[in-house]
Amino acid sequence: MAKNLTTVVSSKIQTVEINRGNPTVIIGERINPTGRKLMLKALQAGDFDIVRSDAVKQVEAGAKILDVNAGVPGADEPALLKQVLTTVMDVVDVPLCIDTADPEALEAALSMYEGKALINSVNGEERSLGAVMPLVKEYGAAVIGLCMDDDGIPATPDDRLKVAGNIIERAGKMGIPVEDIVIDPLALTMGSDHTSGLIAMQAIEKIIAEFGVNITMGASNISFGMPDRKFINSTFIAMAIHAGLTCPITNPLEPEVSIAVKAADLSMGRDEYGMIWIQAYRARQKEQEEN
Amino acid sequence: MSNLFAELSKTVIEGNLDEIVQLTQDALDDGLSAKEILDKGLMPGMDHVGVEFKAGNMFVPEVLRSARAMQSSMVLIKPLLAETGADMTGKVLIGTVKGDLHDIGKNLVGMMCEGAGFEVIDMGKDIEPQDFVDAVKEHEPHILGMSALLTTTMRSMEHTVKALEEAGVRDKVKIMIGGAPVTQAFSDQIGADGYASNAASASELAKKFMG
Repeated sequence: MAKNLTTVVSSKIQTVEINRGNPTVIIGERINPTGRKLMLKALQAGDFDIVRSDAVKQVEAGAKILDVNAGVPGADEPALLKQVLTTVMDVVDVPLCIDTADPEALEAALSMYEGKALINSVNGEERSLGAVMPLVKEYGAAVIGLCMDDDGIPATPDDRLKVAGNIIERAGKMGIPVEDIVIDPLALTMGSDHTSGLIAMQAIEKIIAEFGVNITMGASNISFGMPDRKFINSTFIAMAIHAGLTCPITNPLEPEVSIAVKAADLSMGRDEYGMIWIQAYRARQKEQEEN
Repeated sequence: MSNLFAELSKTVIEGNLDEIVQLTQDALDDGLSAKEILDKGLMPGMDHVGVEFKAGNMFVPEVLRSARAMQSSMVLIKPLLAETGADMTGKVLIGTVKGDLHDIGKNLVGMMCEGAGFEVIDMGKDIEPQDFVDAVKEHEPHILGMSALLTTTMRSMEHTVKALEEAGVRDKVKIMIGGAPVTQAFSDQIGADGYASNAASASELAKKFMG
Protein backbone atom coordinates (compact mmCIF):
# COMPACT_ATOMS: atom_id res chain seq x y z
CA MET A 1 0.00 0.00 0.00
CA ALA A 2 1.52 3.30 -1.06
CA LYS A 3 1.44 6.23 1.33
CA ASN A 4 -1.35 8.79 0.78
CA LEU A 5 0.16 11.81 -0.93
CA THR A 6 -0.79 15.46 -0.53
CA THR A 7 -1.33 17.58 -3.61
CA VAL A 8 -1.02 21.31 -3.00
CA VAL A 9 -2.60 23.86 -5.30
CA SER A 10 -2.87 27.57 -4.62
CA SER A 11 -4.02 30.95 -5.78
CA LYS A 12 -2.24 34.16 -4.86
CA ILE A 13 -3.78 34.05 -1.39
CA GLN A 14 -5.36 30.61 -0.82
CA THR A 15 -3.80 27.18 -0.54
CA VAL A 16 -5.73 23.93 -0.85
CA GLU A 17 -4.26 20.62 0.32
CA ILE A 18 -5.81 17.55 -1.26
CA ASN A 19 -5.30 14.41 0.81
CA ARG A 20 -7.31 11.30 1.68
CA GLY A 21 -7.34 12.36 5.34
CA ASN A 22 -8.99 15.72 4.57
CA PRO A 23 -12.56 16.48 3.54
CA THR A 24 -13.21 15.99 -0.16
CA VAL A 25 -12.20 18.93 -2.35
CA ILE A 26 -14.91 19.77 -4.88
CA ILE A 27 -13.61 21.22 -8.13
CA GLY A 28 -16.53 23.25 -9.54
CA GLU A 29 -17.23 22.28 -13.15
CA ARG A 30 -19.64 25.01 -14.24
CA ILE A 31 -17.29 27.43 -16.01
CA ASN A 32 -17.28 25.48 -19.23
CA PRO A 33 -19.26 26.29 -22.39
CA THR A 34 -19.40 22.64 -23.50
CA GLY A 35 -23.04 21.64 -23.56
CA ARG A 36 -24.08 24.97 -22.01
CA LYS A 37 -25.55 26.95 -24.83
CA LEU A 38 -26.24 30.10 -22.79
CA MET A 39 -22.66 30.36 -21.57
CA LEU A 40 -21.37 29.60 -25.06
CA LYS A 41 -23.44 32.44 -26.51
CA ALA A 42 -22.37 34.84 -23.77
CA LEU A 43 -18.67 34.06 -24.26
CA GLN A 44 -19.02 34.44 -28.02
CA ALA A 45 -20.51 37.88 -27.39
CA GLY A 46 -17.72 38.80 -24.94
CA ASP A 47 -20.20 38.83 -22.04
CA PHE A 48 -18.66 37.50 -18.82
CA ASP A 49 -21.60 38.00 -16.43
CA ILE A 50 -22.48 34.28 -16.32
CA VAL A 51 -18.84 33.44 -15.64
CA ARG A 52 -18.78 35.89 -12.74
CA SER A 53 -22.00 34.67 -11.15
CA ASP A 54 -21.12 30.99 -11.69
CA ALA A 55 -17.75 31.52 -10.02
CA VAL A 56 -19.28 33.18 -6.96
CA LYS A 57 -22.17 30.72 -6.66
CA GLN A 58 -19.93 27.66 -6.87
CA VAL A 59 -17.55 28.93 -4.20
CA GLU A 60 -20.52 29.80 -1.97
CA ALA A 61 -21.79 26.25 -2.50
CA GLY A 62 -18.49 24.83 -1.24
CA ALA A 63 -16.22 24.45 -4.29
CA LYS A 64 -12.59 24.72 -3.12
CA ILE A 65 -11.14 24.90 -6.63
CA LEU A 66 -12.81 26.07 -9.85
CA ASP A 67 -12.30 24.46 -13.24
CA VAL A 68 -12.05 27.06 -16.00
CA ASN A 69 -12.65 26.07 -19.61
CA ALA A 70 -13.01 28.55 -22.48
CA GLY A 71 -13.32 26.16 -25.41
CA VAL A 72 -15.46 28.26 -27.72
CA PRO A 73 -15.43 27.11 -31.35
CA GLY A 74 -13.67 29.51 -33.66
CA ALA A 75 -12.46 31.77 -30.84
CA ASP A 76 -8.88 32.76 -30.11
CA GLU A 77 -8.63 30.36 -27.17
CA PRO A 78 -5.40 31.67 -25.57
CA ALA A 79 -6.85 35.20 -25.43
CA LEU A 80 -10.31 34.11 -24.32
CA LEU A 81 -9.00 31.75 -21.64
CA LYS A 82 -6.90 34.57 -20.19
CA GLN A 83 -9.94 36.85 -20.13
CA VAL A 84 -12.10 34.23 -18.42
CA LEU A 85 -9.36 33.50 -15.87
CA THR A 86 -8.97 37.21 -15.10
CA THR A 87 -12.73 37.52 -14.67
CA VAL A 88 -12.84 34.57 -12.25
CA MET A 89 -9.80 35.77 -10.26
CA ASP A 90 -11.47 39.17 -9.86
CA VAL A 91 -14.45 37.73 -8.03
CA VAL A 92 -13.15 34.68 -6.10
CA ASP A 93 -9.94 33.75 -4.26
CA VAL A 94 -9.89 29.96 -4.75
CA PRO A 95 -7.15 28.21 -6.75
CA LEU A 96 -8.06 27.41 -10.35
CA CYS A 97 -7.93 24.36 -12.56
CA ILE A 98 -6.96 25.36 -16.09
CA ASP A 99 -8.96 23.23 -18.49
CA THR A 100 -7.85 23.27 -22.12
CA ALA A 101 -6.78 20.91 -24.88
CA ASP A 102 -4.78 23.66 -26.58
CA PRO A 103 -1.11 23.81 -25.43
CA GLU A 104 -0.83 27.43 -26.57
CA ALA A 105 -3.84 28.45 -24.47
CA LEU A 106 -2.42 26.45 -21.56
CA GLU A 107 0.90 28.27 -21.70
CA ALA A 108 -0.82 31.64 -22.00
CA ALA A 109 -2.94 30.83 -18.95
CA LEU A 110 -0.04 29.51 -16.86
CA SER A 111 2.10 32.53 -17.65
CA MET A 112 -0.48 34.89 -16.13
CA TYR A 113 -1.70 32.67 -13.25
CA GLU A 114 -0.47 33.62 -9.79
CA GLY A 115 0.01 30.58 -7.56
CA LYS A 116 0.22 26.87 -8.27
CA ALA A 117 -2.42 25.88 -10.80
CA LEU A 118 -3.96 22.50 -11.45
CA ILE A 119 -3.86 21.65 -15.15
CA ASN A 120 -6.73 19.73 -16.78
CA SER A 121 -5.32 17.66 -18.36
CA VAL A 122 -2.65 15.39 -19.76
CA ASN A 123 -3.22 11.80 -20.89
CA GLY A 124 -1.04 8.84 -21.84
CA GLU A 125 -0.94 9.75 -25.53
CA GLU A 126 2.54 10.57 -26.71
CA ARG A 127 1.35 13.83 -28.26
CA SER A 128 -0.30 14.95 -25.03
CA LEU A 129 2.63 13.99 -22.77
CA GLY A 130 5.05 15.80 -25.07
CA ALA A 131 3.00 19.01 -25.15
CA VAL A 132 1.80 19.27 -21.54
CA MET A 133 4.49 17.79 -19.27
CA PRO A 134 7.17 20.39 -20.11
CA LEU A 135 4.67 23.13 -19.12
CA VAL A 136 3.84 21.35 -15.85
CA LYS A 137 7.56 21.29 -15.11
CA GLU A 138 8.29 24.84 -16.22
CA TYR A 139 5.47 26.42 -14.19
CA GLY A 140 5.65 24.04 -11.22
CA ALA A 141 1.97 23.19 -11.61
CA ALA A 142 -0.02 20.10 -10.66
CA VAL A 143 -1.71 18.14 -13.43
CA ILE A 144 -4.62 15.77 -13.93
CA GLY A 145 -3.60 12.61 -15.79
CA LEU A 146 -6.41 10.85 -17.67
CA CYS A 147 -6.25 7.06 -17.90
CA MET A 148 -6.32 6.87 -21.69
CA ASP A 149 -3.59 6.64 -24.30
CA ASP A 150 -2.96 6.17 -28.01
CA ASP A 151 -5.10 3.01 -27.88
CA GLY A 152 -8.10 4.81 -26.37
CA ILE A 153 -9.70 4.21 -22.97
CA PRO A 154 -8.68 0.84 -21.51
CA ALA A 155 -11.60 -1.43 -20.65
CA THR A 156 -10.14 -2.98 -17.50
CA PRO A 157 -9.03 -1.50 -14.17
CA ASP A 158 -5.60 -3.12 -14.59
CA ASP A 159 -5.01 -1.46 -17.94
CA ARG A 160 -6.10 1.91 -16.56
CA LEU A 161 -3.61 1.40 -13.72
CA LYS A 162 -0.95 0.79 -16.36
CA VAL A 163 -1.71 4.10 -18.14
CA ALA A 164 -1.64 5.93 -14.79
CA GLY A 165 1.76 4.33 -14.13
CA ASN A 166 3.09 5.48 -17.50
CA ILE A 167 2.01 9.07 -16.86
CA ILE A 168 3.54 9.06 -13.37
CA GLU A 169 6.77 7.52 -14.65
CA ARG A 170 7.06 10.09 -17.42
CA ALA A 171 6.53 12.89 -14.91
CA GLY A 172 9.13 11.39 -12.60
CA LYS A 173 11.73 11.27 -15.36
CA MET A 174 11.22 15.00 -15.91
CA GLY A 175 11.60 15.74 -12.21
CA ILE A 176 7.89 16.39 -11.58
CA PRO A 177 7.01 15.04 -8.11
CA VAL A 178 4.45 12.23 -8.05
CA GLU A 179 2.21 14.16 -5.63
CA ASP A 180 1.69 16.75 -8.36
CA ILE A 181 -0.03 14.15 -10.52
CA VAL A 182 -3.75 13.72 -9.86
CA ILE A 183 -5.16 10.72 -11.67
CA ASP A 184 -8.56 10.58 -13.36
CA PRO A 185 -9.49 6.91 -13.85
CA LEU A 186 -12.38 7.99 -16.14
CA ALA A 187 -15.97 7.29 -15.26
CA LEU A 188 -17.86 6.37 -18.41
CA THR A 189 -21.60 6.37 -18.39
CA MET A 190 -23.51 3.46 -16.94
CA GLY A 191 -26.17 4.31 -19.52
CA SER A 192 -24.25 2.38 -22.13
CA ASP A 193 -22.45 -0.12 -19.87
CA HIS A 194 -23.80 -0.93 -16.43
CA THR A 195 -20.33 -2.01 -15.22
CA SER A 196 -18.69 1.42 -15.89
CA GLY A 197 -19.09 2.61 -12.30
CA LEU A 198 -17.65 -0.57 -10.85
CA ILE A 199 -14.70 -0.47 -13.27
CA ALA A 200 -13.93 3.15 -12.31
CA MET A 201 -14.01 2.32 -8.59
CA GLN A 202 -11.81 -0.75 -9.03
CA ALA A 203 -9.37 1.38 -11.02
CA ILE A 204 -9.28 3.93 -8.18
CA GLU A 205 -8.51 1.22 -5.61
CA LYS A 206 -5.67 -0.23 -7.68
CA ILE A 207 -4.16 3.18 -8.49
CA ILE A 208 -4.10 4.42 -4.89
CA ALA A 209 -2.74 1.11 -3.58
CA GLU A 210 0.13 1.36 -6.04
CA PHE A 211 0.89 5.10 -6.09
CA GLY A 212 -1.01 6.83 -3.25
CA VAL A 213 -1.86 9.72 -5.59
CA ASN A 214 -4.93 11.89 -5.37
CA ILE A 215 -7.87 10.97 -7.57
CA THR A 216 -10.24 13.20 -9.51
CA MET A 217 -13.15 12.29 -11.72
CA GLY A 218 -15.84 14.03 -13.73
CA ALA A 219 -18.56 12.53 -11.58
CA SER A 220 -21.61 13.70 -13.54
CA ASN A 221 -21.00 11.75 -16.74
CA ILE A 222 -21.63 8.45 -14.98
CA SER A 223 -25.43 8.77 -15.24
CA PHE A 224 -25.75 10.05 -18.81
CA GLY A 225 -28.74 8.49 -20.56
CA MET A 226 -30.42 7.48 -17.29
CA PRO A 227 -33.46 8.98 -15.59
CA ASP A 228 -33.20 10.64 -12.16
CA ARG A 229 -29.52 11.31 -12.64
CA LYS A 230 -29.00 13.26 -9.42
CA PHE A 231 -29.63 10.17 -7.28
CA ILE A 232 -27.14 8.12 -9.27
CA ASN A 233 -24.58 10.93 -9.18
CA SER A 234 -24.86 11.46 -5.43
CA THR A 235 -24.69 7.76 -4.54
CA PHE A 236 -21.84 7.10 -6.95
CA ILE A 237 -19.79 10.03 -5.69
CA ALA A 238 -20.13 8.81 -2.08
CA MET A 239 -19.07 5.29 -3.07
CA ALA A 240 -16.16 6.62 -5.13
CA ILE A 241 -14.99 8.70 -2.14
CA HIS A 242 -14.90 5.48 -0.13
CA ALA A 243 -12.86 3.90 -2.93
CA GLY A 244 -10.36 6.79 -2.81
CA LEU A 245 -11.69 9.73 -4.84
CA THR A 246 -10.37 12.97 -3.29
CA CYS A 247 -11.18 15.85 -5.64
CA PRO A 248 -14.17 15.25 -7.92
CA ILE A 249 -14.93 17.70 -10.72
CA THR A 250 -18.63 18.22 -10.32
CA ASN A 251 -21.44 20.71 -9.95
CA PRO A 252 -21.65 21.93 -6.33
CA LEU A 253 -24.91 23.70 -7.14
CA GLU A 254 -26.61 20.31 -7.38
CA PRO A 255 -27.66 19.97 -3.72
CA GLU A 256 -27.86 16.16 -3.77
CA VAL A 257 -24.22 15.88 -4.81
CA SER A 258 -22.95 18.43 -2.27
CA ILE A 259 -24.89 16.74 0.52
CA ALA A 260 -23.68 13.26 -0.49
CA VAL A 261 -20.06 14.46 -0.45
CA LYS A 262 -20.44 15.85 3.08
CA ALA A 263 -22.18 12.71 4.32
CA ALA A 264 -19.40 10.62 2.76
CA ASP A 265 -16.72 12.77 4.44
CA LEU A 266 -18.43 12.35 7.79
CA SER A 267 -18.73 8.60 7.23
CA MET A 268 -15.04 8.43 6.37
CA GLY A 269 -14.13 10.15 9.67
CA ARG A 270 -12.89 13.30 7.97
CA ASP A 271 -15.37 15.74 9.49
CA GLU A 272 -14.32 16.33 13.08
CA TYR A 273 -17.32 16.46 15.45
CA GLY A 274 -19.46 16.55 12.29
CA MET A 275 -19.04 20.33 12.22
CA ILE A 276 -19.05 20.63 8.43
CA TRP A 277 -22.20 18.55 8.21
CA ILE A 278 -23.99 20.56 10.90
CA GLN A 279 -22.98 23.91 9.43
CA ALA A 280 -24.20 22.86 6.00
CA TYR A 281 -27.50 21.78 7.57
CA ARG A 282 -27.92 25.18 9.23
CA ALA A 283 -27.14 26.96 5.98
CA ARG A 284 -29.81 24.92 4.16
CA GLN A 285 -32.29 25.64 6.93
CA LYS A 286 -31.60 29.34 6.80
CA GLU A 287 -32.02 29.34 3.04
CA GLN A 288 -35.36 27.58 3.37
CA GLU A 289 -36.57 30.10 5.92
CA GLU A 290 -35.59 32.97 3.67
CA ASN A 291 -37.48 31.54 0.70
CA MET B 1 -49.85 -13.47 -39.69
CA SER B 2 -50.30 -9.89 -38.54
CA ASN B 3 -50.03 -11.24 -35.02
CA LEU B 4 -46.43 -12.25 -35.67
CA PHE B 5 -45.58 -8.74 -36.87
CA ALA B 6 -47.04 -7.23 -33.72
CA GLU B 7 -45.14 -9.72 -31.62
CA LEU B 8 -41.88 -8.91 -33.42
CA SER B 9 -42.45 -5.20 -32.80
CA LYS B 10 -43.20 -5.85 -29.15
CA THR B 11 -40.09 -8.00 -28.77
CA VAL B 12 -37.96 -5.21 -30.26
CA ILE B 13 -39.55 -2.64 -27.95
CA GLU B 14 -38.93 -4.85 -24.93
CA GLY B 15 -35.40 -5.63 -26.13
CA ASN B 16 -36.10 -9.29 -25.53
CA LEU B 17 -32.89 -10.89 -26.79
CA ASP B 18 -33.93 -14.40 -25.76
CA GLU B 19 -37.07 -14.48 -27.86
CA ILE B 20 -36.35 -12.48 -30.96
CA VAL B 21 -34.25 -15.02 -32.85
CA GLN B 22 -36.83 -17.77 -32.40
CA LEU B 23 -39.61 -15.40 -33.31
CA THR B 24 -37.81 -14.33 -36.48
CA GLN B 25 -37.25 -17.97 -37.41
CA ASP B 26 -40.95 -18.72 -36.78
CA ALA B 27 -41.90 -15.83 -39.04
CA LEU B 28 -39.63 -17.10 -41.82
CA ASP B 29 -40.96 -20.66 -41.38
CA ASP B 30 -44.48 -19.29 -41.69
CA GLY B 31 -43.52 -18.01 -45.12
CA LEU B 32 -43.14 -14.33 -44.31
CA SER B 33 -40.48 -12.59 -46.39
CA ALA B 34 -37.42 -10.97 -44.89
CA LYS B 35 -38.57 -7.63 -46.29
CA GLU B 36 -41.97 -7.94 -44.56
CA ILE B 37 -40.36 -8.91 -41.28
CA LEU B 38 -38.17 -5.82 -41.47
CA ASP B 39 -40.83 -3.37 -42.67
CA LYS B 40 -43.83 -4.55 -40.68
CA GLY B 41 -42.22 -6.10 -37.60
CA LEU B 42 -38.81 -4.70 -36.68
CA MET B 43 -39.03 -1.16 -38.05
CA PRO B 44 -42.34 -0.22 -36.39
CA GLY B 45 -40.84 -1.54 -33.14
CA MET B 46 -37.73 0.65 -33.41
CA ASP B 47 -39.91 3.53 -34.55
CA HIS B 48 -41.88 3.27 -31.32
CA VAL B 49 -38.62 3.14 -29.33
CA GLY B 50 -37.48 6.32 -31.10
CA VAL B 51 -40.69 8.16 -30.26
CA GLU B 52 -40.62 7.08 -26.62
CA PHE B 53 -36.89 7.91 -26.29
CA LYS B 54 -37.46 11.37 -27.72
CA ALA B 55 -40.35 11.91 -25.31
CA GLY B 56 -38.16 10.94 -22.36
CA ASN B 57 -40.17 7.79 -21.60
CA MET B 58 -37.44 5.35 -22.59
CA PHE B 59 -33.74 5.55 -21.70
CA VAL B 60 -30.39 4.85 -23.28
CA PRO B 61 -29.96 1.30 -21.86
CA GLU B 62 -33.41 0.37 -23.16
CA VAL B 63 -32.64 1.76 -26.61
CA LEU B 64 -29.41 -0.26 -26.62
CA ARG B 65 -31.31 -3.44 -25.73
CA SER B 66 -33.91 -2.81 -28.41
CA ALA B 67 -31.22 -2.15 -30.99
CA ARG B 68 -29.40 -5.31 -29.97
CA ALA B 69 -32.62 -7.31 -30.31
CA MET B 70 -33.18 -5.87 -33.75
CA GLN B 71 -29.61 -6.67 -34.75
CA SER B 72 -30.02 -10.29 -33.62
CA SER B 73 -33.03 -10.58 -35.89
CA MET B 74 -31.20 -8.84 -38.74
CA VAL B 75 -28.48 -11.50 -38.62
CA LEU B 76 -31.09 -13.98 -39.86
CA ILE B 77 -32.84 -11.80 -42.41
CA LYS B 78 -29.96 -9.75 -43.83
CA PRO B 79 -28.64 -12.53 -46.11
CA LEU B 80 -32.18 -13.09 -47.39
CA LEU B 81 -32.66 -9.39 -48.05
CA ALA B 82 -29.45 -9.37 -50.05
CA GLU B 83 -30.56 -12.47 -52.01
CA THR B 84 -33.88 -10.96 -53.02
CA GLY B 85 -32.25 -7.62 -53.75
CA ALA B 86 -34.75 -5.84 -51.52
CA ASP B 87 -33.99 -2.13 -51.26
CA MET B 88 -32.88 -0.67 -47.96
CA THR B 89 -34.11 2.82 -47.09
CA GLY B 90 -30.70 4.21 -47.95
CA LYS B 91 -27.08 4.17 -46.89
CA VAL B 92 -25.77 6.21 -43.94
CA LEU B 93 -22.11 6.71 -43.09
CA ILE B 94 -21.47 7.90 -39.53
CA GLY B 95 -18.53 8.78 -37.33
CA THR B 96 -17.32 10.90 -34.41
CA VAL B 97 -14.94 13.60 -35.63
CA LYS B 98 -11.19 13.91 -35.18
CA GLY B 99 -9.96 14.45 -31.62
CA ASP B 100 -13.25 13.32 -30.09
CA LEU B 101 -13.74 9.95 -28.41
CA HIS B 102 -17.40 10.35 -27.41
CA ASP B 103 -19.43 7.79 -29.29
CA ILE B 104 -22.59 7.00 -27.33
CA GLY B 105 -24.73 9.49 -29.23
CA LYS B 106 -23.20 8.46 -32.53
CA ASN B 107 -23.85 4.79 -31.76
CA LEU B 108 -27.47 5.57 -30.92
CA VAL B 109 -27.87 7.41 -34.22
CA GLY B 110 -26.49 4.35 -36.02
CA MET B 111 -28.94 2.09 -34.21
CA MET B 112 -31.94 4.31 -34.82
CA CYS B 113 -31.02 4.59 -38.51
CA GLU B 114 -30.70 0.82 -38.75
CA GLY B 115 -34.04 0.63 -37.05
CA ALA B 116 -35.43 2.85 -39.78
CA GLY B 117 -34.16 0.43 -42.41
CA PHE B 118 -30.96 2.18 -43.41
CA GLU B 119 -27.74 0.37 -44.15
CA VAL B 120 -25.33 1.94 -41.66
CA ILE B 121 -21.57 2.11 -42.00
CA ASP B 122 -20.04 3.18 -38.69
CA MET B 123 -16.49 4.51 -39.03
CA GLY B 124 -16.02 4.76 -35.26
CA LYS B 125 -14.49 7.74 -33.46
CA ASP B 126 -11.58 10.19 -33.88
CA ILE B 127 -12.11 10.31 -37.68
CA GLU B 128 -9.98 12.67 -39.79
CA PRO B 129 -11.72 14.79 -42.46
CA GLN B 130 -9.73 13.01 -45.17
CA ASP B 131 -10.90 9.62 -43.90
CA PHE B 132 -14.52 10.78 -44.17
CA VAL B 133 -13.80 11.91 -47.74
CA ASP B 134 -12.23 8.56 -48.63
CA ALA B 135 -15.14 6.66 -47.10
CA VAL B 136 -17.70 8.78 -48.96
CA LYS B 137 -15.89 7.97 -52.21
CA GLU B 138 -15.65 4.28 -51.38
CA HIS B 139 -19.13 3.59 -49.97
CA GLU B 140 -21.13 6.27 -51.83
CA PRO B 141 -23.60 6.78 -48.96
CA HIS B 142 -26.73 8.92 -49.34
CA ILE B 143 -26.08 10.54 -45.99
CA LEU B 144 -23.04 11.40 -43.90
CA GLY B 145 -23.61 11.87 -40.16
CA MET B 146 -20.96 13.48 -37.97
CA SER B 147 -20.91 13.75 -34.19
CA ALA B 148 -18.84 15.88 -31.78
CA LEU B 149 -19.28 16.38 -28.05
CA LEU B 150 -16.61 19.01 -27.49
CA THR B 151 -16.57 22.67 -28.41
CA THR B 152 -12.95 22.12 -29.36
CA THR B 153 -13.64 19.29 -31.82
CA MET B 154 -16.81 20.50 -33.53
CA ARG B 155 -14.70 22.63 -35.89
CA SER B 156 -13.56 19.40 -37.46
CA MET B 157 -17.06 19.08 -38.95
CA GLU B 158 -16.45 22.30 -40.85
CA HIS B 159 -13.07 21.01 -42.03
CA THR B 160 -14.74 17.81 -43.23
CA VAL B 161 -17.38 19.74 -45.20
CA LYS B 162 -14.56 21.77 -46.81
CA ALA B 163 -12.56 18.63 -47.55
CA LEU B 164 -15.62 17.08 -49.23
CA GLU B 165 -16.03 20.23 -51.33
CA GLU B 166 -12.38 20.19 -52.34
CA ALA B 167 -12.63 16.52 -53.29
CA GLY B 168 -15.66 17.35 -55.46
CA VAL B 169 -18.02 15.00 -53.61
CA ARG B 170 -19.89 17.45 -51.36
CA ASP B 171 -23.00 17.27 -53.54
CA LYS B 172 -23.04 13.47 -53.50
CA VAL B 173 -24.17 13.30 -49.86
CA LYS B 174 -26.54 14.96 -47.44
CA ILE B 175 -24.66 15.94 -44.29
CA MET B 176 -26.27 15.80 -40.86
CA ILE B 177 -24.52 16.74 -37.64
CA GLY B 178 -25.15 16.49 -33.92
CA GLY B 179 -23.64 16.46 -30.43
CA ALA B 180 -23.99 18.50 -27.24
CA PRO B 181 -22.40 21.78 -28.42
CA VAL B 182 -23.86 21.62 -31.95
CA THR B 183 -26.76 23.85 -32.98
CA GLN B 184 -28.87 24.45 -36.09
CA ALA B 185 -27.07 27.79 -36.46
CA PHE B 186 -23.71 26.00 -36.48
CA SER B 187 -25.02 23.55 -39.05
CA ASP B 188 -26.09 26.43 -41.30
CA GLN B 189 -22.82 28.23 -40.74
CA ILE B 190 -20.60 25.32 -41.82
CA GLY B 191 -22.82 24.35 -44.74
CA ALA B 192 -24.20 21.06 -43.44
CA ASP B 193 -27.67 19.98 -44.56
CA GLY B 194 -29.18 19.53 -41.14
CA TYR B 195 -28.86 19.22 -37.38
CA ALA B 196 -30.54 16.72 -35.08
CA SER B 197 -30.60 17.11 -31.31
CA ASN B 198 -31.06 13.41 -30.54
CA ALA B 199 -30.84 9.98 -32.12
CA ALA B 200 -34.54 9.67 -32.91
CA SER B 201 -34.56 13.07 -34.61
CA ALA B 202 -31.47 12.04 -36.58
CA SER B 203 -33.19 9.00 -38.08
CA GLU B 204 -36.24 11.16 -38.89
CA LEU B 205 -33.97 13.67 -40.59
CA ALA B 206 -32.30 10.86 -42.53
CA LYS B 207 -35.69 9.64 -43.71
CA LYS B 208 -36.59 13.19 -44.72
CA PHE B 209 -33.39 13.45 -46.77
CA MET B 210 -34.43 10.31 -48.68
CA GLY B 211 -37.70 12.01 -49.56
